[in-house]
Amino acid sequence: MEMFLYIALFAPLVGSLFAALFAASPKTLIAGVVPSLLLFISFIASSILLAYVLQTGGAIHVEMMTWMATGDLYIPFGFVVDQVSVTMMMVVTLVSTVVHVYSIGYMDHDKGFNRFFAWLSAFVFSMMILVMSDNFAGLFIGWEGVGLCSWGLIGFWYHKESATWAANEAFIMNRIADLGMLIGIFLVYWNTGTLQYEQAFAVMPSLDTEILTWMGIFLFIGAMGKSAQFPLHTWLADAMEGPTPVSALIHAATMVTAGVYLVVRANPLYDLIPDVGLFIASLGAFVAMFAASMALVNRDMKRIIAYSTLSQLGYMFVAAGLGAYWVALFHLMAHAFFKALLFLGAGNVMHAMHDELDPFKMGGLSKVMKGTFVMMTLASVALAGLFPLAGFFSKDLILEVGFVQHHYIIYSVLLFTAGLTAFYSFRLVALIFHGEERYKLFGIHPHEAYKFMLIAMSPLLLLAIVAGAMKMTYFEMVTAVLPATEYHIHSEITYWIMTIGTQLFVIAAIAFAYKKYALSKVDVPDGSSDMEKSFIYKLLYNQYYIPRFYENYFVKPYREMSHAFWKEMDILLVDATVDGIAKFIYNTGENTRDMQSGNLSTMLKWMVAGTVALLSLAVVFALAVRYLGV
Amino acid sequence: MEIGLNHYLVLSTILFAIGLIGVMRRKNLLLLFFATEILLNSVNIAFAAISHYYGDLTGQMFAFFVIAIAASEVAVGLGLLIVWHKRHGNIDLETMTSMRG
Repeated sequence: MEMFLYIALFAPLVGSLFAALFAASPKTLIAGVVPSLLLFISFIASSILLAYVLQTGGAIHVEMMTWMATGDLYIPFGFVVDQVSVTMMMVVTLVSTVVHVYSIGYMDHDKGFNRFFAWLSAFVFSMMILVMSDNFAGLFIGWEGVGLCSWGLIGFWYHKESATWAANEAFIMNRIADLGMLIGIFLVYWNTGTLQYEQAFAVMPSLDTEILTWMGIFLFIGAMGKSAQFPLHTWLADAMEGPTPVSALIHAATMVTAGVYLVVRANPLYDLIPDVGLFIASLGAFVAMFAASMALVNRDMKRIIAYSTLSQLGYMFVAAGLGAYWVALFHLMAHAFFKALLFLGAGNVMHAMHDELDPFKMGGLSKVMKGTFVMMTLASVALAGLFPLAGFFSKDLILEVGFVQHHYIIYSVLLFTAGLTAFYSFRLVALIFHGEERYKLFGIHPHEAYKFMLIAMSPLLLLAIVAGAMKMTYFEMVTAVLPATEYHIHSEITYWIMTIGTQLFVIAAIAFAYKKYALSKVDVPDGSSDMEKSFIYKLLYNQYYIPRFYENYFVKPYREMSHAFWKEMDILLVDATVDGIAKFIYNTGENTRDMQSGNLSTMLKWMVAGTVALLSLAVVFALAVRYLGV
Repeated sequence: MEIGLNHYLVLSTILFAIGLIGVMRRKNLLLLFFATEILLNSVNIAFAAISHYYGDLTGQMFAFFVIAIAASEVAVGLGLLIVWHKRHGNIDLETMTSMRG
C-alpha cells in the first residue's frame, strides 16, 4: 500500500517537472497530456487507498525520511493516509484531473500552455503534501507551496497589471495569516515538544486552557488567510484574474478549503476550547451572509462565484466551529464538486463570449450552449441546496447542526443566506442563459466549448448530483477518526417543517430570481436606475468599501512610510554610510596615485621618507616600552 | 686627542647623510651609483669600528661581504647603464618614467 501512497503523492510532481521542461517553448500538446495522465494515475492510486481504508478501517502511516533531527527536535517527512486525508486526496486528485483535462482545451490558444501545466501540477503536489503530512511542519510546507503556486497562477498572465497586482495581494495577505499560523505551530512545539499530530494531540488535554486557546487562535488565523475569511477575504475575489480552471481548482475546490481542513485535522485541539470554536462558527456565519450579500449585485460572473465560494467556506467553518467536523468535511467535498463544475461552466461561457464577464451583456445562451447550460443549472441547483442534489444533504446538515446545538442566531443567519445563495446563483443562470440575446448588441458570436471539455466536466456533474447519497458511507468512514456526533432533530414534525420550509424558501428565491432576470426585460445597467442609486446597492457593489478602506488606511500609509524610510533612512543614513566608506577609499587612491609617477628620484624620496617614518615609529615605541612599560 | 669609537660613528653618520641626500637629489644615474656607494661604505666604516671596539671579527667580515656585494651590484648596474645610454643617448633619471602608474 505504501507504493500507492508514493505514487499518489509524487505523480503530480513528475508531471509538473515534465511540463516545466517545455516551459519556455511554445505550445506542445504533450506537456498538457502527460501531467493529466499522471494525475489520473494519482487519482487511481488514491482510489485504491480509499478502498483499502474503507475495507480495513485503518490508516497507512509511512516515514519517508528524516528531515530535521537536532537535540530534542525530530521532524520526519512522514505521511499518513487516514479517513480524513484520503477524503481530501480523492477530492484533490479528482477535481484536478478534471481541471487538467479541461485546461487542455481551455488553454488551447494560450502562449503559456506548457508553463500553465507546470504550475498546475506543482500546485496539486503541494496540496497533496498539505493533506497527507503527518505533522505540522509538513503541513506548513504544503501550505506555503500551494500559496506559491496560487501566486504563480493568479499572475499567470503577468503582462496584465491587474493580474500581477492580484497575485501579489493574494500572496501578501496569505503571508500575514501565515505568520499567525507559524506562531501557532511554535506554540504547539513549545508546549507539547513535538509536531507530530498524534503525539501533540495526545499531550494537549493536560495543558492549560489559556495556552490551548492561544494555539487555537493562532492556527485559525492561518486558516483565515488561506480560506479567505473576514477580514482577510479581499484577495479571493481579486484572484479571479487568473485563468478560469485555476479559479475552479485552487480558489473553489482545494486550496481555499485548506483552512477548513486544518481545523478538522486539529479537532482534538478545538474540542478542548469550545469558546474559540464558537468564535469560528460565528465568524463563519457572518462571512456566509456577508459574502452572499456582495454576490447579489456584482456584475462580474467569476466574482459572483468567488463570493459564493467565500460564503460556502463560511458554512464549513460554522460546522467545524460547532464541533461537527465530519459535516464540515462533507460539505467541503460536495462543495468542491459543484463549485468546480460551476467555475468550469463559467469558463466555457467566458470563452464563448470572448472573455466578457458581465452577465448583463449575455442572455439567451441556452440555445447555443446546451451542455454548459445544463451543467451550470444543475451545479446551481446543487449549490442552492435543492433535493436531491449534493448541496441539499451537506448544507441542510449544517443548518441542523446549528439548530440542534441551540445556536438559533447562527441558524437563522445561515437559513437567510441559503435564500440569498439561491437568488444570486439563479440570477447568474438567468442572466447568462435566459431572456433576450443581449450579446447580439455587442456583436459576439458565441459557440459551445470543445466536446472533450464537456466530457471532462461530466464526472463532476455526476458527483454533484449523487454525492448526497454517499452520506452514510462517508459518515461511517470518517467517524473512525472524527467525533461521531449525529445531529438529529428530536421532534419529527420540527424536522419536516424545517426541511420543507427551507426548500420552499430556496425555491421562492429561485423563482424570484427567474422572474426578475429571465422573464422580465433586462437592460444592461448604466447607473441610471433607482436601484443603482440606492445606498445599499452602492455599498454592496463596492464590497462594503472594504477594499477601498484597505487601500486608504493600510496600503497608502504603508507606501508613504516605505517612501519616507527610503528617502530618510536608506538614502541619508544607510547608503550614505556605505558610500562614504567606499568614497573615502576611492579618494585616497585617487589622491595618492601621483606617487606612482615612475620617476626614480621621486620614488627614492618616498622611500627615504618611509624609512624615516618607520624608524621614528620604532624609536617612539622603544622609548614608550622603556619609560612607560606598556 | 684619542680617536675613539664615537668619532668613527659620527663620520659614518655624516657619510650616510651625504649618501642619502645624494640618492634623493641626483638626476644622473652614474652619480646615483656613487651616492649608493657612499651609503654602503658609511655602513662599512661603522661595521669595522664597532667590530674593533668589541674585539669581534664578525663585523669586519661583514664589511667585506658588503664590499663584494656592492662591487657586483655596480658591475650589473653599470652594464645596464651602458645599454640605456646606447639606446637613448642619455642617463637622465627624469626620462626614465616608463613605470608611471
